[in-house]
Amino acid sequence: MSAEGSTIVSLRGVGKTFDSGTVALAGLTFDVREGEFISLLGPSGCGKSTVLRIVAGLSAPSAGAVDWPAGHAPIGFVFQEPTLMPWTDVAGNVLLPLKLAHAEEARSHAAVTLALKRVGLADFAQAYPRELSGGMKMRTSIARALVTEPQLMLFDEPFAALDEITRFRLNNDLLKVWQELRRTVIFVTHSVFESVYLSQRIVVMTPRPGRVFADIAIQAPYPRDERFRTSADYAGYCRQVAETLGKAMGSGT
Amino acid sequence: MNERALRIGMPILVLALVLAAWDLVVRAFAIPPFVLPSPGLVFTTLIVDRELLWHSLLVTLLTTFEGFALAVIGGVGLAILFNQSRLVEYSLYPYAVILQVTPIVAIAPLLLIYLPQPLAVLACAWIVAFFPVLANTTLGLSSVDHNLFALFELYKASRWQVLWNLKLPSALPQMLAGLRIAGGLSLIGAVVAEIAAGSAGAGSGLAYRIAESGYRLNIPRMFAALLLLSAAGIAIFFVLSALSHLVLRRWHESAIKRER
Repeated sequence: MSAEGSTIVSLRGVGKTFDSGTVALAGLTFDVREGEFISLLGPSGCGKSTVLRIVAGLSAPSAGAVDWPAGHAPIGFVFQEPTLMPWTDVAGNVLLPLKLAHAEEARSHAAVTLALKRVGLADFAQAYPRELSGGMKMRTSIARALVTEPQLMLFDEPFAALDEITRFRLNNDLLKVWQELRRTVIFVTHSVFESVYLSQRIVVMTPRPGRVFADIAIQAPYPRDERFRTSADYAGYCRQVAETLGKAMGSGT
Repeated sequence: MNERALRIGMPILVLALVLAAWDLVVRAFAIPPFVLPSPGLVFTTLIVDRELLWHSLLVTLLTTFEGFALAVIGGVGLAILFNQSRLVEYSLYPYAVILQVTPIVAIAPLLLIYLPQPLAVLACAWIVAFFPVLANTTLGLSSVDHNLFALFELYKASRWQVLWNLKLPSALPQMLAGLRIAGGLSLIGAVVAEIAAGSAGAGSGLAYRIAESGYRLNIPRMFAALLLLSAAGIAIFFVLSALSHLVLRRWHESAIKRER
């Protein structure tokens, strides 16, 4: 299954230099096609998160441009931390994007219920964030990003702080949701295994300044499950990606 | 005995011991009531003078409440204004601090010259209670989670939506802490102003009763009025704590009992 949609967003020579003088990104160029699941892989501090923030419009590039050939797509963002509002319950948190857009109440309610069902939190709508486990908080955060059914979903190392069991389960659930909705996903991670398991394409980045080092297609078919996770194919891809990442880190300064 | 019973029982035991010792000392040394009344006499005075004292209590409480309400409106309002406009904050914040650090006892006589007495008392209650509300709310409004802020930006939230749906709820715990301090302080402000006005003789609040009873050497009544003032302060503290708990109980760590 190859990604053959039209380009949804295209980064052209994007550079970012912070006020402190740190050059986070330099000459970063890659396209993201519609419906694609793409991972940005690189060591901590290689500017992966900065790329996401620039795509989301939360940060402006100091050089280059971000093009939207078919117009600016609606975006959902999942942060590294769950980033929930503690003063309202799960349903209230998921409702937020619709509330801010002044969406009609009956439709919003249905959308919230559906989003919660998709992430497996249907029974926890009335729970407050502090009553949830780390994994459930993250699910709430994903439901909030899903609720507007955006064209483009950005994930900023969302599962980095979770234990392996929870992380695997969330990986599976995320893939299920992605196959159902077929929205474009840009997923930032520093885990080789996670990126190979999830993505169709992995963009490997060099550290300081962040640049595209390699663009690797993972051609394993979906649905992917625990069988894929233990297959020789998976192991082969992991080795290939890990070696590339090693070279990318060596090439940085 | 369990934790809860101890928490309630022990202070009561201490109170009983102190009262017993007090009574014993008054009896043993035959201290006259105009020097130190026995606890029984204070209690009797509380009953005998109940109408006078009750009326005074209401006057003081009303002033306290009005001063507190104005402090909340003014403090929260100004904090929101500061948060929305840096220029306003830079222009006014130093003066809010000056108002706070100048001892209220020193301002009260001045206020009494320029304002009618009830208004001057109210102004004192307001001045002391206003700053904690302002300072705490300002802190709360500016300590919003940065990622949540980015999220609101991503969904193109208006200024008003950010304030109403993000900043104010985030500031609630600090704001309520400010209110708890302000409640006690507005009572102090009212009392200070009444005492300062006391010699002018036009007041009828509890603090005025204390000053007046002092001149008349009616020491039991002084104690009775003092007792009522303390009770009022405690009541204010508990009401505001209960309010804070009620608002925060579902989500804020401060209101949640820790599991062991």
